[in-house]
Amino acid sequence: MAQLLYIFIPMLAAVLLPFLYKYIKSIHTGWFVLAVPATLVAIYITYIGAVARGEVFTATMNWIPSLAINFTSYLDGLSLLFSLLITGIGSLVVLYSIFYLDKEKEQLHNFYIYLLLFMSAMLGVVQSDHLISLYFFWELTSISSFLLIGYWFTRDGSRFGALKSMMITVGGGLFMLGGFILLSIMGDTYSIRELIAQAPELVNHEYFTWALVLVLLGAFTKSAQFPFYIWLPDAMEAPTPVSAYLHSATMVKAGIYLVARLTPIFAMSEIWVWLVSGIGLLTLFWGSFFAVKQTDLKGILAFSTVSQLGLIMSLLGASAVAFHVTNAEDTIFKFAAYAAIFHLINHATFKGSLFMIAGIVDHETGTRDIRKLGGLMSVMPLSFTVAAIGSFSMAGLPPFNGFLSKEMFLTAMLALKDFELFNFDTWGILFPVVAWIASVFTFVYSFYFVFYTFVKKREAQLPTNVHEAPIGMLISPIILATFVVTIFFIPNVIGDLFVKPAVIAIQPFLYSSPGEVKIAVTAWHGFNTELFMTIGVVMFGLLLFMTVKRWQKLYALQPEFLSLNRAYDGMMLGLDVGANRFSKLYMTNSMRSYLIYMFSAISVIVIGTLLFKGAFTMSFEGTAPIRAYELILLVVLVTGVITTLIAKSRLTAIIGLGSVGYTVALFFVIFNAPDLALTQLVIETISVALFLLAFYHLPPLTKVNERMRFQVNRAVVSIAVGAMVTILALSAQSQKVFPSISKYYEETVATLAGGGNIVNVILVDYRGFDTLFEIAVLGIAGMGIFAMIKLRLTKKENINENK
Amino acid sequence: MKTNDVIIQFTAKIVFFIIFFFAIHIFLAGHYTPGGGFVGGLLASSAIVLLVLAFDINTVRTIIPVTYTTLTACGLIIALATASFPMLLGDPFFTHYFDYFTLPLIGKTSLHTAMLFDTGVFLVVVGVTMTIIQTIGEDE
Repeated sequence: MAQLLYIFIPMLAAVLLPFLYKYIKSIHTGWFVLAVPATLVAIYITYIGAVARGEVFTATMNWIPSLAINFTSYLDGLSLLFSLLITGIGSLVVLYSIFYLDKEKEQLHNFYIYLLLFMSAMLGVVQSDHLISLYFFWELTSISSFLLIGYWFTRDGSRFGALKSMMITVGGGLFMLGGFILLSIMGDTYSIRELIAQAPELVNHEYFTWALVLVLLGAFTKSAQFPFYIWLPDAMEAPTPVSAYLHSATMVKAGIYLVARLTPIFAMSEIWVWLVSGIGLLTLFWGSFFAVKQTDLKGILAFSTVSQLGLIMSLLGASAVAFHVTNAEDTIFKFAAYAAIFHLINHATFKGSLFMIAGIVDHETGTRDIRKLGGLMSVMPLSFTVAAIGSFSMAGLPPFNGFLSKEMFLTAMLALKDFELFNFDTWGILFPVVAWIASVFTFVYSFYFVFYTFVKKREAQLPTNVHEAPIGMLISPIILATFVVTIFFIPNVIGDLFVKPAVIAIQPFLYSSPGEVKIAVTAWHGFNTELFMTIGVVMFGLLLFMTVKRWQKLYALQPEFLSLNRAYDGMMLGLDVGANRFSKLYMTNSMRSYLIYMFSAISVIVIGTLLFKGAFTMSFEGTAPIRAYELILLVVLVTGVITTLIAKSRLTAIIGLGSVGYTVALFFVIFNAPDLALTQLVIETISVALFLLAFYHLPPLTKVNERMRFQVNRAVVSIAVGAMVTILALSAQSQKVFPSISKYYEETVATLAGGGNIVNVILVDYRGFDTLFEIAVLGIAGMGIFAMIKLRLTKKENINENK
Repeated sequence: MKTNDVIIQFTAKIVFFIIFFFAIHIFLAGHYTPGGGFVGGLLASSAIVLLVLAFDINTVRTIIPVTYTTLTACGLIIALATASFPMLLGDPFFTHYFDYFTLPLIGKTSLHTAMLFDTGVFLVVVGVTMTIIQTIGEDE
């Protein structure tokens, strides 16, 4: 149980934040927030030992038992690794944000509440064993990401980026939900573990491919794979701590997590292997190629993240190959899953530190435009060192952790060309080739990032007097950079503690305990193809980097209208315009038309059903005789209606209408319905009073239109409505298909509800739901009227949302 | 033209209380005899409307200094809280608890959680009706 509670701790802490922010002004709210992820890291660290031995921990809590939906926290190697990343990087990011966000100027409570919300959601994603709760947390990460990107909501770009990311990731999430539901239909369970246990049978199910594609759409949109990556560069409008946290270290890896988690289910499929490794590789190349085009520091990092996510994705695709060969644990294919997880850890360390450095540069110089920057090395030596460590690791150079995982990546890609199934023997050669080209570009943008910011001679004058960042801001990136170097020297410690337990979650059929994963990472493994490839990367990379200014112009050749962003914009605009045009077809702003729509629809539906079902009957059996008062009332009623219709002045019409209402109330009285009569009388009174109030604002009746023209369509509609009500009443009276429910109410009103007046007991007990929704609607209507009258915009007011 | 509204003002002062207490009575009696939160709320608002007609909106606002939008919100919260309270005890949403008690002065009576729910309905009805009348009436 406690294990499940840990997921919700950040969310619970978020409840306290507004008070801390409001009442303790002197301390930066971030310090209180920092305690949350820091505690969680400490808690999750205690699990490491047991999980590394292959143990798993579960805790379950019912959510909606009637639908078999529950929260299940399932901590195995993969979940624990992600949980540690989320809370660990989370702590560093919160620490960094304390210095990044000014406590006077920023809306800190908003920021930290969104961040904590995200933390809970993300922990939920990686620990949920239940597909529906996984989906719930998944969308919650999208929503908190939306809020964080739009944190500076007065900026156009923030709102645009927030909306774009939300549209794409939530859209993908909906596809994924479809995939989940198909999976649950196939396996008759929502539990991922139970589905994995049934994996061999699921492959032959007719929905299998559908489920696969839909789940992948969710994973690809979230993890910014081609062609859905376009939201990630726009998400860089978020404050830099958010970019470092959500958009490089954690949230964008949710898709990776999902693919890794579901690999045992889907890996037997050829489509899975091709899609995951192919799209991953394409994304890797695409991201690295376009990273060099960027001029914004965070833009470079965004594209680099896209590319690195593609790299991990392609490794996961390659790891699925191990399911198709016999004795996979002895072949070279076993490396892919290990490399994927290992690179995921490495990426979180070096990319996190690079984002923080980009934030520092932005914070200290006031710009992130790489064309204006340069020569910062002498003024910001510490930042430069961290940036250099991160970039060299990203480029795949020793002695940094990126080198190790990059080598393993090349090994895995080289292995693919030897795979014999699924046409890999013909097309497989593309994998190492594309991987190599992408590595060259990765090298180029890594150098581009660090040298153009820190070393190149500055051309423009910077607006502020630049100096090194405060030490508080540097702590987090320095810690991450230390990891980058340390991991290079102790890769197998990391491997045993984190990577191997996670690998068995991806390949559970291959190994039964982490100890069986016989992979040792070494920095030096002789003169083999991978090493020569790396040397080639460095040589060509350096060459391209030296000449970057010459060939960067080539990017301008891509016509703007062919870009994916343009396609997205066009789609959104088209939907907007199209939907508006469609609405304008029938929304005429005239109450009369709307009433005509409603009334004609109701009468067509009701009369149509009556005719279609042959339900119309008329029988006067058992009806009471018509008495004198009823006739009198009827005459009054009809007179009232006619008066209302032909009245020359509005006041006469109101009085006529009032008399209709009171007469109906009298009808209730003589038919023994005191509750209805009472309500009708009071409603009538109040609406007359309301009319009198509104009366003042209405134009004189005669001025609107001298003589109302007779209109055929209106006559048809009104006659139809009248006929409908009459036919319905007669038919309902004439045939009793079911025994009346009033008998049931009569018998149970005292025993079940402890009351005597059925009408009121129905309102508050039997049909309490109806009443609850009705008063909610009433409240909304009241708010609507209030808003329309009190808050209407005058033309003079500025409707531009930007400050 | 100056209107002479002495009579209506004088009457309203007395009739207001009659209607208002009748509203309370109808609201409380609802479970056994005709009435309930909805009618009670409407009657209470009609009592206030009578004051508005006899005096004017601003005077009434000083007599009854209630923000009706807040009143609506309170009513909704009370209704929703009553409906969800059983969930804390592990019962389904909207479970109705009632029992019979013997209270001093009043004697044997019954208490229902439906009553609380009806209080919410009452407040929402008063709140919304008065919000509408007040906003339309104030709009110049």
